[in-house]
Amino acid sequence: MAERYSSFDSGGRMWLLQRITAVFLLVVLAFHFFLLHFVHHADEVSFLASAGRMESLSYYSLMVLFLVTATFHGVNGVYNALLNQGLSGTKRTVIKWTLVAASVVLIAQGIRTANAWAGIGLY
Amino acid sequence: MSQSYNRGLIEDFSRWREFEAGMWAWIFHKFTGWVLIGYLFTHIAVLSTGIPAAGASEAAISAGNDVYTQTIVSLEGLLLVRILEVGLLAVAVFHMLNGTRLLLVDLGIGLEAQDKSFYASLILTGAITVASVPTFIAGAF
Repeated sequence: MAERYSSFDSGGRMWLLQRITAVFLLVVLAFHFFLLHFVHHADEVSFLASAGRMESLSYYSLMVLFLVTATFHGVNGVYNALLNQGLSGTKRTVIKWTLVAASVVLIAQGIRTANAWAGIGLY
Repeated sequence: MSQSYNRGLIEDFSRWREFEAGMWAWIFHKFTGWVLIGYLFTHIAVLSTGIPAAGASEAAISAGNDVYTQTIVSLEGLLLVRILEVGLLAVAVFHMLNGTRLLLVDLGIGLEAQDKSFYASLILTGAITVASVPTFIAGAF
């Protein structure tokens, strides 16, 4: 038997969150692709059209939630992949907090962009 | 009780002849996951051109002369970008279909058909991707 086992904590809180965000993302990512590639087309994108969508509170809220869940699901997935590869000790702590910082920057930048489109002063 | 399995290192490509459907599903899910998180960061970076664009004059925005519209239009004008978008769709569709399969497996549904559901995910990904090519390429020429 090999020495390295998966440290993926099946049944834990992060495990459950990874699955809950997966279910949400399945629906919202399909909607996102459908709306922005099939209803509207890639070569028709404009600031006006993006702003028009983002000015609706329901669309703005959905996109912010989409950004937060996608960031969590993706970054937590990367972290789990690295743990499976045997990441441990100080390296694990450094990478964990680097990923947390990258997530915060990504979410902040995404919300600034959404605010710029929605006409919200904070951007 | 949950149980952890030793799946070995993904870098051990010499073992690929030993892989069964479940191992390929695991590798593809991991690969598509890395692509998608990489794309998410790139996507937000490109969309961030909306921030300076918000400061443009109404006339410039109405005419589509703002930096956001110009960036997206010039990117979408590149055939390479359109092809990469088709690739992104394929990657996303596989991750979604295989992810659904994993959720079902977690719930104990279809455990005996894990290999068949992986092959179905692959075939469906191919079909959806091919069917989407005309929409994704429209206007690129």
